[in-house]
Amino acid sequence: MEWINIILILFLLFALSRSILRYKGKEIRLNEFIFWTAIWVLGIIALASPSTVSYISQSIGIGRPADMIVYLSIIILFYINFRMYVALDNMDQKLTKVVREVAIKREKKK
Amino acid sequence: MRTYIIIPAHNEAKTIGPVINSLKRHNYEHIIVCVNDASKDNTEKIAFQTGAIVLNHVINRGQGAAIVTGNEYALRHGADIIVHFDADGQMQVEDIPAVIKPIIEGKADVVLGSRFLGKKSNIPRSKLLTLKLGRLFLRVFFGIKLTDPQSGFRALSRKAAEKIEIKQDRAEHATEILIEIFKKRLRCKEVPVTIKYTEYSQKHTQHGKFHLLSGIQIAFKTIIKRLMR
Repeated sequence: MEWINIILILFLLFALSRSILRYKGKEIRLNEFIFWTAIWVLGIIALASPSTVSYISQSIGIGRPADMIVYLSIIILFYINFRMYVALDNMDQKLTKVVREVAIKREKKK
Repeated sequence: MRTYIIIPAHNEAKTIGPVINSLKRHNYEHIIVCVNDASKDNTEKIAFQTGAIVLNHVINRGQGAAIVTGNEYALRHGADIIVHFDADGQMQVEDIPAVIKPIIEGKADVVLGSRFLGKKSNIPRSKLLTLKLGRLFLRVFFGIKLTDPQSGFRALSRKAAEKIEIKQDRAEHATEILIEIFKKRLRCKEVPVTIKYTEYSQKHTQHGKFHLLSGIQIAFKTIIKRLMR
């Protein structure tokens, strides 16, 4: 195992510990916790056992394991992006609701 | 019937005064509400001094949001009819009786003023293409058949205003209103109105020459949002 693998594994373990803390502190919900934990764990497995990754990529028909990781990462990033777009849009609507209430309550009438 | 005229306004200091004045001359019984969408000019001051009720958005939220604010205010104050009227002087006050008549008579829940039903409007050519494409889009994707789907000149009965949910804050609200009308099975009627395009109102329009592009954007956003529900 190379040094870089060890460093990255340590970093992912750190990230995992943060996720656990956030979940315990009720800052993130169960499904979000599971999602992120899955990502960190997959990352640790990939780094700890590159041969496992090779095996998986060969069995699904992708030549290089690195390619498979890139494809997977892109899919995950798209999904995260989509979720963030929806969350932002919801927040925008809530903002409008507040602005509306303030406008109505502070009506200016002669 | 208690009628509220909602005027969403963003940086319309030049025209808001004359528009409110012409509405006041026309009919003293209508209640005029100007929703100032965080204008940077004197829109608020002029609207208030000219005698309209003014609701101020502390930050800019878009015309769709301003209209909903107006609707909400009107409903909370017992409105029977709500009219949407533009602040830029393009709409004619004389058209209001024709627009609210079907609602008073109980023949419609929503009335839209159409530029294409007989009366002449001097529409610039660049807009015409987008309007035609917009019409086609609504017809194909939503089965909505109207001569002027993008009309901002509307009258809503109380029932219609209560039932319609507008979530799009910006330019897409016009399309969303139509979809809501058809979804909630509200009776919709079109009446001819005259829209006067002036050099001022054209320069001042949100999109200027890029009608087609924004039309495509609106179509795209509407479809994506529908898929996400």
